Amino acid sequence: MSSFRQGIEAAIPALRRYSRALTRDAETADDLVQDTLVRALRSEHLFYGGDVRSWLYTILTNLNRNRLRSLARRPILQSIEDNDAPNSAGPEAGGRDIERALAQLVDEQRTALLLVVLEGLSYREVAEVQGVPIGTVMSRLSRARAQIKDYLDGARPALRRVK
Amino acid sequence: MSHRDSPVTEDELHVYVDGELPADRLAAVEAWLASHPEDAVRIANWRAQAEAIRARYSGLAKEPIPERLALDRITRRGHVWTAVAAAAAVVAFFAGGLTGWVARGSSIPPPTAFELFTTDALQAHKLYIGEVRHPVEVPGIERAHLVQWLSKRLNAQLRAPNLEQIGLKLVGGRLLPGPTGPAAFFMYEGPSGDRFTLYCGTTSAVQSAMRYHSIEQTGSIYWVDRDLAYVLSGPADREQLLKVAQAAYDQIEVRTPPVAEKM
Repeated sequence: MSSFRQGIEAAIPALRRYSRALTRDAETADDLVQDTLVRALRSEHLFYGGDVRSWLYTILTNLNRNRLRSLARRPILQSIEDNDAPNSAGPEAGGRDIERALAQLVDEQRTALLLVVLEGLSYREVAEVQGVPIGTVMSRLSRARAQIKDYLDGARPALRRVK
Repeated sequence: MSHRDSPVTEDELHVYVDGELPADRLAAVEAWLASHPEDAVRIANWRAQAEAIRARYSGLAKEPIPERLALDRITRRGHVWTAVAAAAAVVAFFAGGLTGWVARGSSIPPPTAFELFTTDALQAHKLYIGEVRHPVEVPGIERAHLVQWLSKRLNAQLRAPNLEQIGLKLVGGRLLPGPTGPAAFFMYEGPSGDRFTLYCGTTSAVQSAMRYHSIEQTGSIYWVDRDLAYVLSGPADREQLLKVAQAAYDQIEVRTPPVAEKM
């Protein structure tokens, strides 16, 4: 197998992880990865070296962006329900919260945050994937973190009562 | 980069959390956090978020890869040159002409889309680049008209890629009979008179990666994208041809925004 294909194959687990965090749905996530792999394999002659991983993240990110644009409605934003967030700090509850918190972010902010904290890309690499200046990546990161903080703070009734 | 003693910015807090803070700012940031508890709380929050995200999703990377994502499977399914796909593609091209093959019970496999288009394009290339007075039918200065005319004939939205960034100007174009019906033919010329041609025909073959072919002094690059087959021909220099082909592909694909046609 060529080193190009090897590079692609090695990246599949990370792509699945990133895709699932981006789309929240297992089927959609793997659909996206499959489309990414198809494009990548057909575009070998258009890939002029550099980091295969970054290139694959770029393809997947763009495919997801196109997917969102072509959806009839924007993803449903989860509203915070008073009796919804459990008081207990079980791992299950925490998982749901962070998932919902991510879902209510704007796509570019969610992408930037996930690429940094989940995929471990540097700000420069994220800037290349998203096709924007590093400053823009940082402001997206900043807003994503602030919004998630606000969402998670609001989801804990205990905190609201204290206020 | 911030000077060692300059005040800590919010950007730096993010950089700190994400582990990219340069060593000479570490002391300043930690001192800042010690004296600004509300920022320390924010940072703790961001770290908790990152932990939660990793806890929730990192398991995905440890799962066995589902069969649908196995590269071998994807390549096989997408491969346009399997026996079945090639035969089906040729039938579509030749609505009629193929009966000759079938009737004679020929054991020679029918030509692939790649072979058909490349052969035709190379023939046209060699024939027309040698023309001094009549290399094209419509000159490049009538670009909009040329594209409109050929698009109409092929019943497809064509583009004459702008290759000026790599030093090639559009000489013009013409219409050709092709294996699947009318084909569009664009000619480009470099400053030293070297000529490249872009041949384009409609096809039902699936999207493909670029394929190089050369015969004596001439080379060609073939690809299929969105129901159009392209063949870029020129001197048999693979690297150079690939560069020109990619430039053409970029312009056609409009990954770069289209340049408004100035007419």
